[in-house]
Amino acid sequence: MIDCVESRLLTSRRSLLLGGAVFAAWAYLPKFAHAADGRDPRLIVVILRGALDGLSTVAPVGDPDYAGLHGSIALAADGAHPAIMLDSFFALHPSMPEFARMYRDQHAAVIHAVATPYRDRSHFDGQDVLESGYAGPGRVQSGWLNRALEALPRGERVSSGLAVGPTTPLVLRGNAPTVGWAPVALPQADDDTAMRLVDLYRHRDPVLASVLSQGLQLEKAASGDDMKPKPGNQVAQMRQVARGAAKLMAADDGPRIAALAFDGWDTHANEGGPVGRLAFLLGGLDGALAEFESGLGDRWRDTVVVVATEFGRTARINGTDGTDHGTGTIALLAGGAVKGGRVISDWPGLKLANLHEARDLKPTTDLRSVIKGVLQGQFGLSDRVLAETVFPDSAAARPMKGLVA
Amino acid sequence: MARDSQAALVALNRFGFGARGGASGDLVNAASDPRGFVKAELARPNGVLLEAPGLQSTPQLGQAVFAYQDQVKQAREAAKAAAPTEPPQQAPTDQKPGLRRNLSLNAVATGIAGQMSDAKPADNAAKPDTMQPGASAPPAAKPAPQPLNVIQKTFRAEALARLQRATLVECGFTERLVVFWSNHFCISASKGELARIWAGAFEREAIRPHVLGRFADMLKAVEQHPAMLFFLDNQQSLGPDSRAGQNRKRGLNENLAREIMELHTLGVGGGYTQEDVTSLARIITGWTFAGRQGQLGTPGSFAFNANAHQPGPQTLLGKTYEATGLAQGEAALADIARHPSTANFVAAKFARHFVADDPPPALVARLRDVFVKTDGDLKAMAMALVDSDEAWKAPLTKMRSPYDFLVASGRLLARVPEDPGAYINNLNLLGQPLWTPAGPNGFPDTSAAWAAPEGMKLRLDIAAQMGARLGPNIDPLDLLEFAAADAASIETRRTIERAESRQQALALLLMSPEMQRR
Repeated sequence: MIDCVESRLLTSRRSLLLGGAVFAAWAYLPKFAHAADGRDPRLIVVILRGALDGLSTVAPVGDPDYAGLHGSIALAADGAHPAIMLDSFFALHPSMPEFARMYRDQHAAVIHAVATPYRDRSHFDGQDVLESGYAGPGRVQSGWLNRALEALPRGERVSSGLAVGPTTPLVLRGNAPTVGWAPVALPQADDDTAMRLVDLYRHRDPVLASVLSQGLQLEKAASGDDMKPKPGNQVAQMRQVARGAAKLMAADDGPRIAALAFDGWDTHANEGGPVGRLAFLLGGLDGALAEFESGLGDRWRDTVVVVATEFGRTARINGTDGTDHGTGTIALLAGGAVKGGRVISDWPGLKLANLHEARDLKPTTDLRSVIKGVLQGQFGLSDRVLAETVFPDSAAARPMKGLVA
Repeated sequence: MARDSQAALVALNRFGFGARGGASGDLVNAASDPRGFVKAELARPNGVLLEAPGLQSTPQLGQAVFAYQDQVKQAREAAKAAAPTEPPQQAPTDQKPGLRRNLSLNAVATGIAGQMSDAKPADNAAKPDTMQPGASAPPAAKPAPQPLNVIQKTFRAEALARLQRATLVECGFTERLVVFWSNHFCISASKGELARIWAGAFEREAIRPHVLGRFADMLKAVEQHPAMLFFLDNQQSLGPDSRAGQNRKRGLNENLAREIMELHTLGVGGGYTQEDVTSLARIITGWTFAGRQGQLGTPGSFAFNANAHQPGPQTLLGKTYEATGLAQGEAALADIARHPSTANFVAAKFARHFVADDPPPALVARLRDVFVKTDGDLKAMAMALVDSDEAWKAPLTKMRSPYDFLVASGRLLARVPEDPGAYINNLNLLGQPLWTPAGPNGFPDTSAAWAAPEGMKLRLDIAAQMGARLGPNIDPLDLLEFAAADAASIETRRTIERAESRQQALALLLMSPEMQRR
């Protein structure tokens, strides 16, 4: 089922795809093995929309201020649901065992206290900065990943980017051609959107609040236990999307670069600690990473998955057992090409004086440096192209070295 | 210039289909002169008529159905002899760079190109323009999409013309009037092939020309339209004493006569008896349409079959109508149209649709008086509604019907539909299939009918999809300005500002009370 609104854009796109020559561009490509090192690199960018709580995903349990600030939702290395110690200081959320395994195998890494150059608190603008690759929200209609594609030697290693989902995320929009794929399963509004709407109705339209709540309950009742993966469940959807994308990218003539987005990370209320809402979502992300690994098969060896979000959340929990819009957060890298087993961080500390605006984890690493490091490691893009074209005016954010094995 | 955003909301949503997005300036225009904004549409000459290239008349469409039915019959007979043939493969065409194309896992997995089949615009098929993974399944060759038959093509063309008009008009009041009267005098496209192909033409020919004209003229046009005669079986009704009635076993069918009085004019309790129903049924015997043989006239056109008409005078509602053939029924309808019960029934339904489920009695009385005084001038009644204080003071509590909701969303997003498929699918899902109500009483017109649990959940799903599709390219706060400006509630504004993505913000805006209520 699709939206009720057919646009000219969609229609013309549809007429194009009916032509069916989607693969022609790849058909004449050489087998992709890079002459010098025999590698055939792949890059997947996963955007978590809503601003992930980095302090709850990779918790600085060794920081003496962490437990107090994060209060009832803080992770701990002991208890009923112990966090997984990554080193002596940082611990991973217990709902991410697959990432933990990749980390132990040196194929996953965490970069902590990162942020884009954006310092305000609007999701929309934060996502614009994250995806456009510009230093400020400027409503630019192209993304850094598309510009990176354009900068690659044409027709050689990578020809088209794969946009997973109903639309192409901004990060992959631009002049370089992209192909799209989305799972066909009937899309449903996610729980977070439904919750926000019920809340709005409660304040403005009690009749609609009650009616919509009933409708949502009917659906839950019809689909059974909320926490088990099933069609329509957000966790199942994340896995399904990753499985499909991996399958496409595993093909010899498949796309080398993909971008997708997972929604629902805006945890203002009832965020939960080792169990609960965030745990549920992180479990979905973990499952998606595992699907990428198994679906890419031998190609996993040459793959890097970058997981990034528009900004972090407040260090201190709020009055509704959640966290508000913050700044510093994490980026995750996973894949056989990652030089992993490390949490990379210039840790700023969580003392009040060290927090950004006395609220947020202070960013000490520019996310652009991380992404530049990955692009350089995977595709050999030059410092100059990265600083001028891919991330304009970013020379100060030097590519991070040694992220790719 | 005084600006009244609250009145603009009423002008756009109570009377119209909501503000258009983009550069329309609808909200600003409506806010500076709310009543004038609404009335401007009523003043436009021929603004209600709908003509679009390719839309055909009822007789032409009737003949197309007859021809199609003949073809199907011949093909079926031919198929008995011949062996089935392979469906033709679609030829690949050149791709263009810089645009997103959609991708099939099957095709990648097998290296087979040229099977991107999203070309199934069937009315009921709910397919997105992307492909199912089915990665482990063998790459089955997809059959070429079935070409649409003339009935489906016509239905979609009629739907598209109506949707485009509703999306593009400035206020939408006349289009709302069309939808109101079309639902009042409804037929159902599910009755059969003729009803389906005629559904749009019926509205264009019998409703639109009279929406700002006289009720009696609309009544006559409707009851003599082949679509209505077919829908309520009058073409089968034979006067028991007519020549055809005596030759055959069949006799009177009261269906149309009953609905004329119960649903179209007097209303239940409007003072008619079973005797009157039978009498009117006799009076309109012989009202039919010419069949494929054309014995009664151009195939597919209205015809009076004197052979089926009950002879003799008839008494209806205390008045005797002499045996004047076709004119007997026309005289009866003219009297029913100006009956006091009709004025009451129409005025109450009109006020209920536009103002509130329980409309202010004073408003209903005033509309009734206008109807009586002007001998059923529907433009005068519409003007009286716009001129009333009640229509501007009553809170916006009516629930938008699915059709209203989808059109209002399309307008706000400034998307002119080029394909009606998604609208048709969503209307099916939401329980208001286009031109296809469950019974001759039309779609319900109360808030409770549309504010139902499953319906609201489905609306949310549809809004979320629209958000996912279109959200990345819009600024949700700009859109809120177009939709409601400072008449938006603080809660709605905050909810949209705080959404975690533009996609989510758009879904929430479309579902907000400002967009769901009118």
